[in-house]
Amino acid sequence: MVIGLTHYLTLAAILFTIGVAGIILNHKNIIVILMSVELILLAVNINLVAFSTQSGDLTGQVFALLILTVAAAEAAIGLAVLVAYYRNRGSIAVDDINALKG
Amino acid sequence: MQAEAVFFWIFSAVLVASALAVISARNPVHSVLFLILAFVSAAGLFLLMGAEFLGMILVVVYVGAVAVLFLFVVLLLDVDFAELKQGFVRYLPIGALIALFVAGELGYVAFGWNVSPEPAAAASPVGGLSNTAALGRVLYTHYFYFFQAAGMILLTAMVGAIVLTLRHKPGVKRQNVAAQVARTPASSVELRKVASRAGL
Repeated sequence: MVIGLTHYLTLAAILFTIGVAGIILNHKNIIVILMSVELILLAVNINLVAFSTQSGDLTGQVFALLILTVAAAEAAIGLAVLVAYYRNRGSIAVDDINALKG
Repeated sequence: MQAEAVFFWIFSAVLVASALAVISARNPVHSVLFLILAFVSAAGLFLLMGAEFLGMILVVVYVGAVAVLFLFVVLLLDVDFAELKQGFVRYLPIGALIALFVAGELGYVAFGWNVSPEPAAAASPVGGLSNTAALGRVLYTHYFYFFQAAGMILLTAMVGAIVLTLRHKPGVKRQNVAAQVARTPASSVELRKVASRAGL
């Protein structure tokens, strides 16, 4: 059985769906939400690399590299915000983050 | 080709299973460890697709930096994670519904895609170059501004993370460059007339 583009697309779709479901199911735990976002970005990267391989064009891999960069930056900033918030409030419960609510 | 199929199924099964474990593990430390497993198997898939550089970068950046950062933060914060797990069962139906919806849409796109039958014109050996060399060749020429922008993003993230988490403790001696530069001879040197054989 030859592994083609459709296999990778299906795998990425499953991974993306798991990530979206993780955000909804763990809506109180912001650390797991950030991990789910990483899973979603990983799914996107798999799609880009699969298309890049399929079409023999390296642009997709360059784009995947940029997404990797942004994901690393996002994780660093998100976790720094989390640590600063925990220092101020003593908890990371997402439900309590409503100070800006009118 | 047969070995490639076997490895694809192994890596994708491990990837999906560990992704499911990430979102359903009771302990966030286990979530992070499963996330690392997911990244490693995704790196294996990248290798199968011929993107060696991205696969290795995935191991270095994600497993080596991002996942370890997650692990540090999870271990650093003294949080009752069991309390945060509440509502998992209550939100399971709506989560499953939205997941089905998203999966349906993505599946519609993925299977509706008209794939040309001859697979993989092999992105890696462009003119006999390895994948890394070919990627570097386009990244440093055609996509150079994007490369620079990625560097700026990383710099911004670094500065932002430091600014957000740096705490100034009182009582720490620091170098004050402005005060050092503003010193004049009048304020720092005192000339005294010393009598001979008398000392100060």
